[in-house]
Parts: sequence; structure tokens; C-alpha cells
Amino acid sequence: MLEIVRTVPIDYYVYLSTILFVIGVFGVLTRRNAIVVLMCVELMLNAVNLLLAAFSTYLSDAQGQIMVFFIMVVAAAEAAVGLGILVSIYRNTKSTDISFLDNLRN
Amino acid sequence: MAQYLFLTLAALSILSALGMVFSRNPVHSVLLLIFTFFCIAGQYVLLNAQFLAVVHIIVYAGAIMVLFLFVLMLLNLNKDTEPQKSTIWRITAAIASGMLLVTLVGALRGGVQVAVPENANGEVGLVENLGQVLFTDFVVPFEIAGILFLAAMVGAVLVGKRDIKA
Repeated sequence: MLEIVRTVPIDYYVYLSTILFVIGVFGVLTRRNAIVVLMCVELMLNAVNLLLAAFSTYLSDAQGQIMVFFIMVVAAAEAAVGLGILVSIYRNTKSTDISFLDNLRN
Repeated sequence: MAQYLFLTLAALSILSALGMVFSRNPVHSVLLLIFTFFCIAGQYVLLNAQFLAVVHIIVYAGAIMVLFLFVLMLLNLNKDTEPQKSTIWRITAAIASGMLLVTLVGALRGGVQVAVPENANGEVGLVENLGQVLFTDFVVPFEIAGILFLAAMVGAVLVGKRDIKA
């Protein structure tokens, strides 16, 4: 059995992932630069990935790590498309401030 | 030994994530987030998830964050002039995310029980095992992921193109 499985309870991973996820939520709520908001979303995805990998190792089940792999695939695709959209928004408005992006409201 | 490594990496990742959220300069945010990702890769190594650790560094630190840095440099946003949200909004966000933290911790506290299997040898994360599972049970999702990447690539080029001639 791995040393980490013997010495660190799974709760620690739950708390660490929760804290990282909440930091990501806080960043999404407070930052106005759309690029930083996307980065905070990446942080939230990583918090969930860490928890999936931890449970996968503790339960000795490979499916959790396969899920992490697919989440990374989706995150890479999301970052590419999201940054493409941001660049084209910047070209039109000369800013990446998400507060300007409320055109659909009125 | 392993638990001290875990605690050190956890503290470092939380601190650098906080620094990322609070730093005014977007470039500092990107660099701190890369540091956070390296800490998470260290956690994967501790969990003996070697494949995930390598893929995590290649994909996140090598590809995604470089993309973010490129866009920041391209749009010339590497200065401290990001407009801040109002204080009342920041306080509200702090309270809301604090409530979320309290709720999640309260809901998960003590309720997580893991029965570690007897024959667990900690080798699920090796490339050999994951490759077996990925190319037998998860072949169809793997191929669909390829199609998703193709679609994302075409979409990113289409969105990023300056003028599309009809």
C-alpha cells in the first residue's frame, strides 16, 4: 500500500480541493479581466481533478484517473476557444473588461 | 514523510492560488497559477499517478498557460491598470464564497469513508494500467475526444480570424 494512503486521510484531499475550488469561485466573482476569470475557471477544474485522482488512488480504481484525463482534454479545448473569443472581443471593444460585455441585457 | 510533503504542497498551492486571485498584474496571476499547477502535479506524484503528473505538466504548464501568456502579451495587458470592482461587490463576493466554503466543508465533514481494498498496490496510475483501461473500456470516449479537439481547433481558428470572406 502506498505511504500516502496510510498516512494521509482522504478528508485532507477533500478539504484541499474544496479550498482551491472556493478560491476559484471568489476569483470569478471579483476579477474584471476576462482572461483572469478564465484562469480561475481552470483552477476550479484542477481542484476537481485533484479530488478525482485522490479517490482513484485510494480506491485503487483506474477510472477516476481516466476521467481526469478527459477533463484535461475538455479544459484544453475550452481554453483555446475561450481565448479565441476573447481576442475577437478585444478587437471590437479594445478591452477585456467583462463589465462591458452586457450588451445582451439591453 | 509523505504527509509533510502533502501539507507543504497543499499550503504552497493554496497560498499561490490566493496570490493569483489577489494580484493586480495579470502576468503575475499567470505565473502564480503555473506555480499552483506545479504543486498539484506534485500531489499527483505523491499519489503515484505518474501518467497524470506528466500529462498535467505538459498540458497545463506547457500548453494552456503559455496560450494565456501569449494572449496577455498580444493584447498588451501586462500592466497594473485593471479596473477593480467596487468594494461592496468584493465584500459580497467574499461573503458568498465563504458561505460556499462553510457549506461544502460542513456537508463533507466526516462523511467521507473510503474502504481501501486489500489488494491495493498503488499501481493504478502507471502508464501501463491506464493505457490498458483507456484503450479497452474507454475507446469510444477517446475517439470522441479527438473529434472534440478537431472541432475546437476549427472553431478557434474561425473565431480568431480577422475577416471572414463569405
